[in-house]
Amino acid sequence: MAQNRAEDRSKQVDRLVVLPFKKSLEISLKSLRARFYRSLITTLSLVLAVSFLSFVRVETDVANGMLSTGDPVIRQKLVRAGYDIPPEARSMGSSPKQRWIVILSLLVCVVGIVNAQLMAVTERFREIGTMKCLGALDRFILRLFLLESGMQGLAGATAGALAGAVFALLNGLLRFGATAVTSVSLADLLTSVGFAIAVGCLLSLIGVLYPAILAARMQPVEAMRVEQ
Amino acid sequence: MNQAANIVRVTGVTKTFRLGKVDVQALKGIDLEIQRGNYISIMGPSGSGKSTLFNMIGGLDKPTTGKVFIDEVDIAQLDAYELAWLRCRKIGYIFQTFNIIQVMTALENVTLPMIFAGVSNDAAVEKGIQLLDLVGLGDRFQHKPSELSGGQQQRVAIARALANDPAIILADEPTGNLDLSTGEEVISLLKKLSRERGVTVISATHDFKMLNVSDQVVWIRDGLIDKIESREELSISVGEIGSKD
Repeated sequence: MAQNRAEDRSKQVDRLVVLPFKKSLEISLKSLRARFYRSLITTLSLVLAVSFLSFVRVETDVANGMLSTGDPVIRQKLVRAGYDIPPEARSMGSSPKQRWIVILSLLVCVVGIVNAQLMAVTERFREIGTMKCLGALDRFILRLFLLESGMQGLAGATAGALAGAVFALLNGLLRFGATAVTSVSLADLLTSVGFAIAVGCLLSLIGVLYPAILAARMQPVEAMRVEQ
Repeated sequence: MNQAANIVRVTGVTKTFRLGKVDVQALKGIDLEIQRGNYISIMGPSGSGKSTLFNMIGGLDKPTTGKVFIDEVDIAQLDAYELAWLRCRKIGYIFQTFNIIQVMTALENVTLPMIFAGVSNDAAVEKGIQLLDLVGLGDRFQHKPSELSGGQQQRVAIARALANDPAIILADEPTGNLDLSTGEEVISLLKKLSRERGVTVISATHDFKMLNVSDQVVWIRDGLIDKIESREELSISVGEIGSKD
């Protein structure tokens, strides 16, 4: 009898405790908007790191584009500008030193995001606890945080990647003249920007994962106990 | 027969907290039966364990030993889904600090539990407006919590607690952060709802204004039940308090 009731109950549970995706999107958009400046600052470190990544990649694209013209004068210009081009090479990658600096800046950025999101979770203990008291499951909370962070990541990474690319193109234009911009391959450029955006989103999600799990696992009573 | 009338049954509940290296026993063995539709006040000084007991009844915390039954279901046996279901549909919570979600409007706060319960958006909005009307905030449903007074926020919380027609409303010091007259309004609103909708209201409080409307008062002292007084006994003692001034 009691067993039956428990079974009925768990059947009902699946059906009855829900948070539609559209609604979670709405809620996370709303909390982003309500804490706009706060989210902006969290996103800013991501924007900077991603724009650096994008800058380095697009700069390489520009140099590759110029190399591919096969003009010895341009090649000479590149070598004089400090590019390490092996003789006869038709393309080049970014230098190991550059790659290390990019990786470091991305690491620092993730640590910054984790820090900012941990603070955001602490700030929202009461809100999370209240939602749990109203019947929210752990995964609702997790989803809300991931969505928020995903949107922040997308916006920040797009802004950063575009800014980095524009800056790299401008830099090429100033140093090498119009050939820098005209000879760069559009496909390479788009790949670099796309790669930077993808990395940015990924970093944003990695950064929020631990804080979001922490928030989702919290017992409602702990949330209620927090002093104002 | 008598069993079915008990919506909450607490048997031999103890709770031990670990504070640093010392174990503190907040509850030392509570037995309590609460009948459906009653208005119960849990009274006691701060530190008496009343909030702890309250959290146990609400399924917010688990007892160290003993059992809490809600509708004759042992809540220690429930998994996370079932607990969420219980919190969503069976119990409405009201807090001392209101706990309105700040980024949402009054109406969105009230509809949130209904969304969790799978009610469609339109139906939830319609019922949300009805509930806000019921608590006297019908014209303020688009306001953000920051634009509402403490009393109004607590009314939103009451409307939110009623969203899924719960059997129990748990109110933790609902008047603790309100001034005298607003507190009285909130109490009479709770009493009205309890009478009209047959909701069991359980409130932890040390507000003596609550005594007038309570069907039963549970006095807690040092983690034990001191005494349980029913309404009739109460009116005498309240009369005594009243005669002093």
